[in-house]
Amino acid sequence: MEAPLLETRDLSMHFGGVKAVRNVNFTLAAGELRCLIGPNGAGKSTFFKMLTGQLQPTHGAVLFRGRDISHAQAHEIARLGIGIKTQVPSVFDGLSVRENIWLSASRIHPRGRARAVVDEMLERIGLAGAAQRLVGQLAHGQRQWVELGIVLATDPQLILLDEPAAGMTHEEVLRTAELVREINRSKALIVVEHDMQFIRMIAKQVTVFNQGGVLVEDNIENIMRNPLVRDIYLGKQAAA
Amino acid sequence: MNARARNLAGLVLVAIIGLAVLFLTPRLADLDTVLELTVYMVMAILALSLALVWGYGGILCFGQSAFFGLGAYTYAIAMFNMGESTLPFLLAIALPAAFAALLGYFIFYGRISDVYLGVITLTVTLILFNSVNSTAGPEFHIGVAKLGGFNGIPGIPSLNFPGDKNATIDLEGMFYLSTAILLATYFGLRLLLASRFGRIIVGIRENERRAELLGYDPRAYKLATFTIGAALAGLAGCLFANWGSFVSPTIFGLAQSAQIIIWVIVGGRGTLIGPIIGCIGIQWLSAFLGANQSTGSGSPWAALLSNAPLVLGAILIAFVLLVPKGLVPTLGDWGQALLRPRVRERIADAAPMPVGEE
Amino acid sequence: MDFVALLAIQILYAIASLALISIGLAIIFGMMRVINLAHGEFLMLGGYAAIVATSHGISIWIAMLVVAPVVVGIIGIIVERTIIRFLYGRIIDTMLATWGLSLFLVGLTTAVFGNTTVGISAPLGSFEIGAYRASAYTLFVIAVAIVVLAGVFSVLRWTRLGLIARGTMQNANMAAALGVKPPRVYAVTFGIGAALSGLAGGVLAPVSGVFPTIGVAYVAKSFITVIGGGAAIVSGTASASALFGTVNQIATFATTPVFGEVALLAAAIVLIRLLPQGISGRFFRRGI
Repeated sequence: MEAPLLETRDLSMHFGGVKAVRNVNFTLAAGELRCLIGPNGAGKSTFFKMLTGQLQPTHGAVLFRGRDISHAQAHEIARLGIGIKTQVPSVFDGLSVRENIWLSASRIHPRGRARAVVDEMLERIGLAGAAQRLVGQLAHGQRQWVELGIVLATDPQLILLDEPAAGMTHEEVLRTAELVREINRSKALIVVEHDMQFIRMIAKQVTVFNQGGVLVEDNIENIMRNPLVRDIYLGKQAAA
Repeated sequence: MNARARNLAGLVLVAIIGLAVLFLTPRLADLDTVLELTVYMVMAILALSLALVWGYGGILCFGQSAFFGLGAYTYAIAMFNMGESTLPFLLAIALPAAFAALLGYFIFYGRISDVYLGVITLTVTLILFNSVNSTAGPEFHIGVAKLGGFNGIPGIPSLNFPGDKNATIDLEGMFYLSTAILLATYFGLRLLLASRFGRIIVGIRENERRAELLGYDPRAYKLATFTIGAALAGLAGCLFANWGSFVSPTIFGLAQSAQIIIWVIVGGRGTLIGPIIGCIGIQWLSAFLGANQSTGSGSPWAALLSNAPLVLGAILIAFVLLVPKGLVPTLGDWGQALLRPRVRERIADAAPMPVGEE
Repeated sequence: MDFVALLAIQILYAIASLALISIGLAIIFGMMRVINLAHGEFLMLGGYAAIVATSHGISIWIAMLVVAPVVVGIIGIIVERTIIRFLYGRIIDTMLATWGLSLFLVGLTTAVFGNTTVGISAPLGSFEIGAYRASAYTLFVIAVAIVVLAGVFSVLRWTRLGLIARGTMQNANMAAALGVKPPRVYAVTFGIGAALSGLAGGVLAPVSGVFPTIGVAYVAKSFITVIGGGAAIVSGTASASALFGTVNQIATFATTPVFGEVALLAAAIVLIRLLPQGISGRFFRRGI
């Protein structure tokens, strides 16, 4: 049994009195695509922040390729091969699309190769025609793709997507799902989403978060039928 | 004209104007003017140092004058003790840089937020001012150099040709040297900003979090930028000490710090030419207003206008409220809008200035 | 024993003056997130207001405790309406504009009052502690600081104005929905912060005299205190003043005043390093 790409053991995050993430044990195999769902405030984004080093866990450990990264710096973790597309798109708004991707690609490629990689990536995300435009002036969906391009250009092993389909038109959602499936051919992904249509387009295994912990993990069909899952979305669990 | 060509044309233009100023001024202008222009050049180097640190690096340093002053004082003290200027010149650059590296280490690796950085650097320069200001007694000396307190250090010997103590630089020579160094600094910074390092520090300025998530360590880049800026400011300080043969604690003062920031704001953050123009423009304006005051025209307006803090403060407020991007970028925007009315749709797709150019 | 009493009074005085010069900024920065670099000049103007009023025959107590805050409060409201309100959310631009304002005010007062120090003698005389004499005015300053901090706390905690102010700072939209006009709240809050700074400047005028650039000495210290104090306005200011005032005074006693200032800065840097949210980020959280 191959060692998991990502593993968390009893991972917890306490903010003062609030337990945002509680004793999460999570594993992901290399090349696996996992969807992470759960109501707002369930701790999904906090969980992501601990994986990328933006937050230090108060308890527990994160292991990536067997290595404990629980207290590593964010830029060190990025260099190890974890990339994240954040909930609120985090891009270089004052720079052009090309420059955005270049900043990413040139971290791993030397000057000459970087230029070629940037061109390829622009094609892949479908923004070759807008390469010179300032990212801040792009439409929301396009900005999300720029961010995707930035993340992919450093060639990470594990990609975290936090609400990649948010605020997108139906066409953009379809295109994003296609992109995610294509990325999954060579990379592992964890995707947080609320858009269940989007989840259905890409999901196989789903982990459900609730109140900081893992409620249930199963394949997408069983999850859709699970009454507990329905309840937490409709609030019955919280009320009980 | 595409962006690349425009960039090149701009560089060539600056080179031509710069070389013209360098070679023609001493021939065409009288000695007083040359003297005045020399200090403008020196201050422009100081302006460029903050343009790098703040305009491109995004580090709002309220105390750039600290490094300027350290450079000047280091040169003076070292020169009195050594008699030959090569080492003092190098020390004037190295010491402020080392100090900045130390201070920067605590600030950037201590994850202190950018806002506090401004206040900390301000406090540092004020502490330097207060400390040096109170060193008036003869017991305050480093080697043979008396610190002089609020009286300052007069009679600072000039730079000499490396190796030859007696070949000291004259007034004209100072002009050539300062202008040449200004041009070298300008083109050197253009090269730096077009390089990988330069583009990364701009990325960090734009979105530090994202740069970090891509694997760049922002602390290291900011520290490097801060240190380079301090070295340039120290260099300007050394030249300044040479220009006036005198240095006093006011060099650490709030007024000096404010001026540097105002030059960059008025001229335009995110450009190199802007701060140079802002610096020279405001320096000239201050000299002009001060000169008019002393002609004793007696009008209350003249008195008001020669009140430097009053005028500078008003200019700063006006620019922040009305011309926040600064002169050069705003003029650039107007120019673009005027010159291409027919292709207004294409402006959105047209090449915005790639990073590293004005 | 007398020396200890003297030292204790000096320390309390240092704490009190730090608290007084900072409380106005704590309101403006702590509640409105506005970095007002002209804060020192508000203090300076308070000092001049008190001195001008006194020189026109007004009782020194009224000049310091009424005229100074009222004058500077009005100036504060004018500044908020003409400059600050256009820059909300733009932290760096606010810093730059208020720095310009600071320069402008220094230039203005230099033009009107000249460069020399003006002063009024400290009333109340001195008293004895064993072999030492201490100025009774220091006791007055300590008393004013206590009253001001208690007053601000009470207003914020128990009055409608305080509640509206706190609510607006948390969520302007909600406040507007409840019938409050946020711009008016901002103007009044800024005015009150300015008024308190004016009061501090007036009360401290007899101690050091006033000259146009005296604000410089105040601005860094008060910012350090406010940042060190954290988000809670009164408890933050009080605790940070207590810490820094003590460090400053003891260091000054042991060495020189210059080193006392250095010690204050060093203490602040250490504090921020350990408690990035300030003292009230860790203790007195959710307090006022």
